[in-house]
Amino acid sequence: MSEHEPRGENLVCAACEIPLEMSKVNISYLGSMFPVDLLRCPSCGIVFIPEELALGKMAEVERLLEDK
Amino acid sequence: MEQKELRELESRCVQELPPACTAACPVHVDVRAMLAEIGRGDFKAAAKVLKRTIPFPGIISRICDQPCRSVCRRNEAGDGLSVAALEKSCLDWAETVREKIPVLPAKGSRVAVVGAGLSGLTAAFDLGRKGYCVVVFEKSGHPGGSLWNVSEEDLPRDVILNDLRILQQVGVEIRLDTEVGKTIQFEELRGDFDALYLGCGEQPTGSFGLAFDGEGAVQVDPVTFATSREGVFAGGGMRRTAGRQSPIQSLADGRLAAVSIDRYLQKVSLTAARINEGSYPSRLYTRIEGTAPLPAVPMADRRGFSSDEAVREAQRCLQCQCLECVKVCEYLNAFRGYPKKLIREVYNNLSIVMGMRHANKLINSCSICGLCREVCPGDLHMGLVCGDARRALVDMGKMPPSAHDFPLRDMLFSNSEDCTLVRHQPGKSKSRYLFFPGCQLDASSPEHVKSAYLLLAEKLEGGVGLMLRCCGAPADWSGRAELFRTVLREFMAQWREMGRPQLITACSTCYEILKTHLAEVPVLSLWEVMDRLDVPGPRHPDSPGTVAIHDACTTRHEPHIHASVRNIVQRMGLTIEELPLGKEKTECCGYGGLMFFANPELAGKVIERRIGESPADYVAYCAMCRDYFASRGKRALHLLDLIFPSAMDGEDAATRKGPGLSQRHENRVHLRETLLKVLWGETVKEKEDYRRIKITIPADVREAMEKRLILEEDVQWVIDQAEKTGRRLLDNRNGRFLAYHKPRSVTYWVEYSPEESGFLIHNAYSHRMEIVEEIKT
Repeated sequence: MSEHEPRGENLVCAACEIPLEMSKVNISYLGSMFPVDLLRCPSCGIVFIPEELALGKMAEVERLLEDK
Repeated sequence: MEQKELRELESRCVQELPPACTAACPVHVDVRAMLAEIGRGDFKAAAKVLKRTIPFPGIISRICDQPCRSVCRRNEAGDGLSVAALEKSCLDWAETVREKIPVLPAKGSRVAVVGAGLSGLTAAFDLGRKGYCVVVFEKSGHPGGSLWNVSEEDLPRDVILNDLRILQQVGVEIRLDTEVGKTIQFEELRGDFDALYLGCGEQPTGSFGLAFDGEGAVQVDPVTFATSREGVFAGGGMRRTAGRQSPIQSLADGRLAAVSIDRYLQKVSLTAARINEGSYPSRLYTRIEGTAPLPAVPMADRRGFSSDEAVREAQRCLQCQCLECVKVCEYLNAFRGYPKKLIREVYNNLSIVMGMRHANKLINSCSICGLCREVCPGDLHMGLVCGDARRALVDMGKMPPSAHDFPLRDMLFSNSEDCTLVRHQPGKSKSRYLFFPGCQLDASSPEHVKSAYLLLAEKLEGGVGLMLRCCGAPADWSGRAELFRTVLREFMAQWREMGRPQLITACSTCYEILKTHLAEVPVLSLWEVMDRLDVPGPRHPDSPGTVAIHDACTTRHEPHIHASVRNIVQRMGLTIEELPLGKEKTECCGYGGLMFFANPELAGKVIERRIGESPADYVAYCAMCRDYFASRGKRALHLLDLIFPSAMDGEDAATRKGPGLSQRHENRVHLRETLLKVLWGETVKEKEDYRRIKITIPADVREAMEKRLILEEDVQWVIDQAEKTGRRLLDNRNGRFLAYHKPRSVTYWVEYSPEESGFLIHNAYSHRMEIVEEIKT
């Protein structure tokens, strides 16, 4: 599946029909908030979180926050 | 958990207690560690262990009366270890290095020791190290006392003199040819010194104003070695009138008296916290059964072991320890501990105010199966500790949400209107019995639920009702006490409404939960009912000849269920092979306590361990046990597969993989619908729109979804939302869409492309972190 993973530069927002741009997006868990650089539609704000980030770094931070 | 409770629990784990040899030794030489070093051929390290406790190792290793040897557990499988001879070999075969003895700064107080025998010299050495100014008064012309009575062959004189040189290192002064009571007066010593130790080896000249017992020995407190006069202590031969001399006991007397003298001079309690001093029997449990007997290694030269002989002799040491629970539990193995150590980690984890809770995984990984208690000499149940800790974490709001999120949602789904059903037998208005198959059998083998229900309805008088739902075990296991009570209340209300029927459970966990928490509800196991009804008939021609029975861990204390299951299997003409751990000592399959969700890697190891115990086909009577074994390629049958072989439709039931997570949901829903339609002639409501979205999931994607605990309905929900709102990303390269949605606590991502009549799924993943920004509409 990872070989099929959509790469950011090929993604467009299907609703606004414009390419995504890198921007700071706040993500939060269990009361902690972090700004993260993510691709995001400059118009409607839909974001892209790649599989690798969700299952890697984000999962790791989730575990750390859960044990805090 | 309170400190007191922690101590009580800790005290029941004997693993850290000293072995019998060390406890029997009045100065507690760490014999086990010393022999381990010799066994490795490291004589230097072994000598270091010995010297930690024994100031005069050359002497002691030649004359010790070895109280350790008679209690050595090796006696039960061969001969007890030759500990003294091995001590001597440490000195013989280690390169001799004179270690520097650390001496504390001078304290100013002066101690007189009367008699330079083993007890007096040990007291002098110990007090010298502590910084006291010590003077030994010896009436003869050489130190050593009765050591000089030992034959020179057994104890060469240079060994005595060499060992005693250590006294100079700690600043002890020895005045020879000075007899107290003759050369120097006792009262004079009392004036010159702050404390006195009498270790004359025999009764001294004159009474020194001390009290004596009826047999003429100086009256000495058995714990503190204090005499009737303040600041005067006595030990060694002085407190024994008759009986065999014990060199190691003399040494111990000197040591314990030195502890008292130090305390006396520091003006602290002489008696506080003096437990386990001297020789005592150890409570350490060590199982000897199954240990091959080994005789003592003979010495070619009677003066001592060669280095090779010593290594072989030391290797006979059993290295006594308990670890009974660790031997049988993959969980304890995985956390590299034994209950005493792990319970402390649990306690610390609960006591943390700020900082990381490192033991959350430890607490959540236990299957709570209770096998540890079955094999524990102290009746300690690690699962109860973990269960309490989980409830405490939930109470504090510190339970990691991800650990039990899926099974709890699964439970709520099983108890939702899509899956629950309570009905009297068709055509009856009363139920004497109520069949309660349990949510996992509903999910795993809905066909068997139907067959078993029809059989019970046919065979039992008085009406057999049916109840489909979950007993609440996931709430209990995950520490959600309040949620668990709610589930039980709902259950009770439905049971009462059915006229308080006799419950018949197919699931052992339901059986245990109801029996433990709802004493009012009379509960029977399906297996005892089937056994009583004499079902089934002769065995199916395709069934295997010999099977191994895997007892469910929740039936551990239900021998009548074990018996019924075996009766049923035997009646089919099958031969039963008992697994090494069965019945009250059965192992958990990896589902118990929600281990599979909190720690899937560990659950995998648990399954592998269990299925590796016999090549025979396993027969389980819990749906999860069977499905878990089959998931790893083990030929495994559910007891109902044997009772209702026709349901299998020609497929080999033993190799059938259990349904995936989505299918399990689907099976529960479908079972309810089918039974309502077929047996009760009721119509069921249509599925919600999003559940009717047609999706195609390739095998590799499905496998990833299973691992990631993502259900088809989660995927359908994301697509439904994306298609309705248009909020989705488009990959220009391949025309695929990517969308996310967060129905509850988890955000699901689905990569998909439209197909003719539905959607093809390319990938699905999830995270728990929340995207704070909303999408603008």
